[in-house]
Amino acid sequence: MRELFEQFDVWAAFWMTIKLSLWSALWALVLGTLLAIMRVGPVRILNVVGSAYVNVVRNTPLTLVVLFSLTVLGTRLGIQIADQNSPTFLTDEAVRWAIFGLSVYHAAFVCEALRSGVNTVPVGQAEAARSIGLGFGQSLRHIVLPQAFRGAVAPLASVAIALIKNTTVATIIGVAQTSYFMAEAIEFRPDLIWELFALIALFFLAITLPIGVGLTSLSRKVAVKR
Amino acid sequence: MSASVLFDAPGPKARRRHLLLSVLAGLVLLGLVVIALQRLGERGELEADRWTAMFTASAWEYTFLPGIWSTLKAAGVAIVLALAFGLVFGMGRVSHHRVIRWASGAVVEFFRGIPVLIMMIAFFYFLAYRGIFEPATNPFVAVVAALTLYNGAVIAELVRSGVGSLPGGQAEAGLSIGLTPAQTMRTIQLPQAITMMLPSLISQLVVVLKDSALGAIITYPELLRSARNLAAGGNTLQPLVMAAVIFIVINFALSLLAGLVERRLAKRGSATD
Amino acid sequence: MKQQRILALSSAAVLALGLSACGGDSESEGGSGGDGGGSGDTVKVGIKFDQPGLGFQEGGEYSGFDVDVANYVAEEMGKEVEFVQAPSPQRETLIETGQVDMIFATYSITDERKEKVSFAGPYFIAGQDLLVTSDSDISGVDDLDGKRLCSVSGSTSAKNVQEEVPGVQLREFDTYSECLDGLVNGQLDALTTDNTILAGYAAQEQYKGKLEVVGNTFSEERYGVGIKKGDTEMCQQINEALTKMVDDGEWQKAVDANFGPANFEVDTEVNPPEQDECS
Repeated sequence: MRELFEQFDVWAAFWMTIKLSLWSALWALVLGTLLAIMRVGPVRILNVVGSAYVNVVRNTPLTLVVLFSLTVLGTRLGIQIADQNSPTFLTDEAVRWAIFGLSVYHAAFVCEALRSGVNTVPVGQAEAARSIGLGFGQSLRHIVLPQAFRGAVAPLASVAIALIKNTTVATIIGVAQTSYFMAEAIEFRPDLIWELFALIALFFLAITLPIGVGLTSLSRKVAVKR
Repeated sequence: MSASVLFDAPGPKARRRHLLLSVLAGLVLLGLVVIALQRLGERGELEADRWTAMFTASAWEYTFLPGIWSTLKAAGVAIVLALAFGLVFGMGRVSHHRVIRWASGAVVEFFRGIPVLIMMIAFFYFLAYRGIFEPATNPFVAVVAALTLYNGAVIAELVRSGVGSLPGGQAEAGLSIGLTPAQTMRTIQLPQAITMMLPSLISQLVVVLKDSALGAIITYPELLRSARNLAAGGNTLQPLVMAAVIFIVINFALSLLAGLVERRLAKRGSATD
Repeated sequence: MKQQRILALSSAAVLALGLSACGGDSESEGGSGGDGGGSGDTVKVGIKFDQPGLGFQEGGEYSGFDVDVANYVAEEMGKEVEFVQAPSPQRETLIETGQVDMIFATYSITDERKEKVSFAGPYFIAGQDLLVTSDSDISGVDDLDGKRLCSVSGSTSAKNVQEEVPGVQLREFDTYSECLDGLVNGQLDALTTDNTILAGYAAQEQYKGKLEVVGNTFSEERYGVGIKKGDTEMCQQINEALTKMVDDGEWQKAVDANFGPANFEVDTEVNPPEQDECS
């Protein structure tokens, strides 16, 4: 195992995976919340757009989304996402398109998680709020959203875990994160394949298991008793 | 109007506001579409022959159809194997022996916790250097193996929650007429759990189909990879769009099927009543 | 009630299908592994299937320089050729397990590989080079400082350049077509790998006149014929055939036919190469 650390920059690969995960999670949350608002809102046309987005993205492979982002949006259509003159342009560009693709993809799942949270709130709750004279904004703020977020913790946790694992797909556009490092390291040291696999499995389990356990217990703690 | 948690039925004022919002949203959307089309036009992506190249007989005969077939083959074999894996370890997780329960749990959590692509790469290179199979079948085996382990672990969880959600009376009834715990599981609990799982299983097939596209990274000639072969002439956009549309159509159909099965099951009433 | 039975039946059917498919699958695939060849009248030759100009499969036809040389050698040995795909990372394994008898797949002779396999030849001396757009001002590796270079993941060619010119930016895809697209669209400045491979791409219809090989190599890749370790008899046979191929002009014909259309200048100082001693 030590040989691996001596020969390759393992930490750089792991760090890139973490960076991709954090940025994509942030953007996916923003975009997903926006989509969720569109989907549950009163405006019909936005409902339709929101659900079309979710259905299209959810049924497309992430590999395709990420590849499309760089090769079509970046190269083919020439959309600039990084500074052309930067000495690290190629890396920046690939990393940002990877984050873009990951965010766009997981936003659909974030949207569905939030929506399912809203759906856990019984209609009677809002009716009760209105009957005691709360307006739309008040009932949303004090009654519906607090419950909806609590209900969305568990599904959001599985989206987060899926997102972290899915950052490995960025290898298709040459982003040097964990899976890329793995393939490269095997080429040079095929004799260490099992050590490599064990190390990388350990890395992902060390991240995903605590998140799973932590958020599950959190979701139990904040769950609304019905 | 069906009751929503968030809104009352809108009054006249609210309706006017919604109309205004709709028009605004429509305009913004239209603007976005126009900008996108303009960009595509500028870059020559809308030229007719770039698109007609996607609908020639040879494009379908040598690229799309073999690609679809490879994708379906990998996904089909993987979901079947995953079901077997899931049943074994799902039953393991609800076993009466603590050791079996614990071991199955560890296996399931392990394969659920690591990325499919990592498993695929590991299998691919392992097979490449060991030469167990014909080199040409290595990518297929690696894709199927990785998909099986991950989705098998997910299905194991489905089995566990399916069996767990059955009323205790089902198992008690089985035991009381003299069946062993294993027989009760096999003949009473499992059939009901699988029936309940059916919609989720079909949805899982969508996940398998999408993840089979990871095979492109390890040279498995599935739909995405074969579509990229058409990109050789500088048409990057069109083959990817075609592949996406094909994936969406297949997966959307599967999702509809899952919904249909779910509704039928609901209409029939729960198997546990 | 009736529906319930149907559902139960169908789920049982799915289950049965699963088990039978499982058994059948592993059997059929397990059986096809490691059957050796080499005896009799056919010889199994490992080639690339995806490199135009070297080893390329289109329908059931094979073309390219590696293919032509392999065909000639096999004919001299009086054997029928059966082509097998030999992807780069699997070449040593294919020979060691006897799945192929010879490998003609841009297979550079290196000391590292000699520990596992033996080599006949070399039959061609290539070098790492750059592919650029026709109007590019890049004329060699030294011009790459601050430029954008594309390569295929898992190959060492890009890393070699980065060691020499640390200021170069690298992009890696897993197939060449995306590199080529970036090059044509001006996103990338150069693509690097063996000049023979680059020439094949430059000669493709859609890139004619747009892309060209720089012609300033910065490494020496000696393409050999990979064979089972220690098989000096076969090595001798192959070397005799290669010598004869050069002498009777067939070697030059193969070079012209495969590399000619790309305007690829073969380095005549080292080509045709002298064969190494068999060991």
